Amino acid sequence: MSLSIFLQNIANGLSLGSLYALIAIGYTMVYGILRLINFAHGDIFMLSTYFVFYGILIFSLPWWLSFIIAIILTAFTGMLTERIAYRPLRKAPKISLLISAIGVSFFLENAGVVVFSGIPKSFARPELFDTMLIFKDIRISTINIVSFIISIIFLMALLYIVYKTKTGLAMRAISVDVETSKLMAIDVNKTISITFGIGSALAAVGGVLWALKYPQIFPFMGIIPGLKAFIAAVVGGIGNIPGAMLGGFILGLTEIMLVGFMPELSGYRDAFAFLILILILLFKPDGLLGKNVQEKV
Amino acid sequence: MLRVENLHVHYGGIHALKGISLEVPEGKIITLIGANGAGKSTTLRTICGLVEKSDGKIFYRERDISSLDTRERTMEGLVMVPEGRRIFPNLTVYENLQLGSFMRTDEAGINKDLQWVYELFPILEERREQKAGTLSGGEQQMLAVGRALMSRPKLLLMDEPSLGLAPLLVKEIFEIIEEIKNQGTTILLIEQNAYAALNIADYAYVLETGKISMKGPGRDLLNNDEVRKAYLGG
Repeated sequence: MSLSIFLQNIANGLSLGSLYALIAIGYTMVYGILRLINFAHGDIFMLSTYFVFYGILIFSLPWWLSFIIAIILTAFTGMLTERIAYRPLRKAPKISLLISAIGVSFFLENAGVVVFSGIPKSFARPELFDTMLIFKDIRISTINIVSFIISIIFLMALLYIVYKTKTGLAMRAISVDVETSKLMAIDVNKTISITFGIGSALAAVGGVLWALKYPQIFPFMGIIPGLKAFIAAVVGGIGNIPGAMLGGFILGLTEIMLVGFMPELSGYRDAFAFLILILILLFKPDGLLGKNVQEKV
Repeated sequence: MLRVENLHVHYGGIHALKGISLEVPEGKIITLIGANGAGKSTTLRTICGLVEKSDGKIFYRERDISSLDTRERTMEGLVMVPEGRRIFPNLTVYENLQLGSFMRTDEAGINKDLQWVYELFPILEERREQKAGTLSGGEQQMLAVGRALMSRPKLLLMDEPSLGLAPLLVKEIFEIIEEIKNQGTTILLIEQNAYAALNIADYAYVLETGKISMKGPGRDLLNNDEVRKAYLGG
């Protein structure tokens, strides 16, 4: 492999990794605050692409406006699922919450088939993103660069919210001790709702960028990216936000490198992500940046 | 300031509180002493809404607060220092104090209270950027008290503030409690360290298996034979 192809693969890997990172944040934040693996997260990601699709097709909005609207709508959808499917189970055993999340996932996928139809739709990619940037002999598509930059901006914004604002402080407090958070007059329900909103908004950013990269959308498209982002969150240490980002980039880079170095194995790229999951669970079950947290009793 | 009438609490099948009545007048330190499992913590947790009562009434500043949740009670100035300190170990000392003033918006007042807390506990200012989990037990207790003060309590509920502390620190914590009272905060204190608690209390209640078995001014109970036998080691 020549250096230029290697660099090209790095660029592709970073761009894919940044998308995994965006989606992984939602898993890790919700886990941090509710100890719930929100299996519906991948489907929330899927919904965002349809919001953009219909925004452009039916309401003939300019693409950038329909991106913004889709992100907002997705955030509200995420908050709505929490309100309907998770909040009533706040005092129930964790397993009920998990089953409810799987239920939401099935519901969204199948409602998607009914409402949007199961036939894949092609996503109109604005021309701006169709170009290639050429640096000497390295060719990188604009969308890869754009998605990397946009992801970094949103990830930075997220870190700012979590570590520098009052809302972020409340999130970090709740993730350690819900009862004492109430004694601090923190509105726990509101904070959990905001967490779902932020996680879903980031998934929507990931979704929109994903659809620009792979411009075909269908109701089950959230499953594999969702699972991989979940793996990324586990690799980084579930509950740990910088960990989810790191995990996302690691997963994206290794996946692209696998395909780049061993093209004959490229059919196994999805299986490869699970191999990483198994290895992490065997050798570092708390994840790369995770700490061993005692299960709350 | 606080009046509890005929309070009953059931935990599953257990009748933890069997009709407790007590009163906390403004500006006083009232203590509730008793053995392990007598229901002291349950009483406090019910007053601040973390545990649901099955019967009885709680009046705070002449108002029945049954319909308020924990958050709303805290916002009304009914603030608890929970048992076992319960500081947030992953946050810095300063962030813990910030959480105490979470619902307040009066920046000037918050800063003033922060300075006061730093005056009471200079070690907290020194360690403000340190993760709270790295503090010693005594420092964590100071942080828990300081954090509660940042909520600007009208009535401070303290659950075993001396638990697990070295004797010298116990003395210090009790001095701080008196200082807080002198600044105008009413205190309801729960203690296993009956001697220290009765010494500073204006009035005290003895709790035995979910019932009040004795009450009286702190000094009187200190000299009461039964109390001496049961709680002060003869």
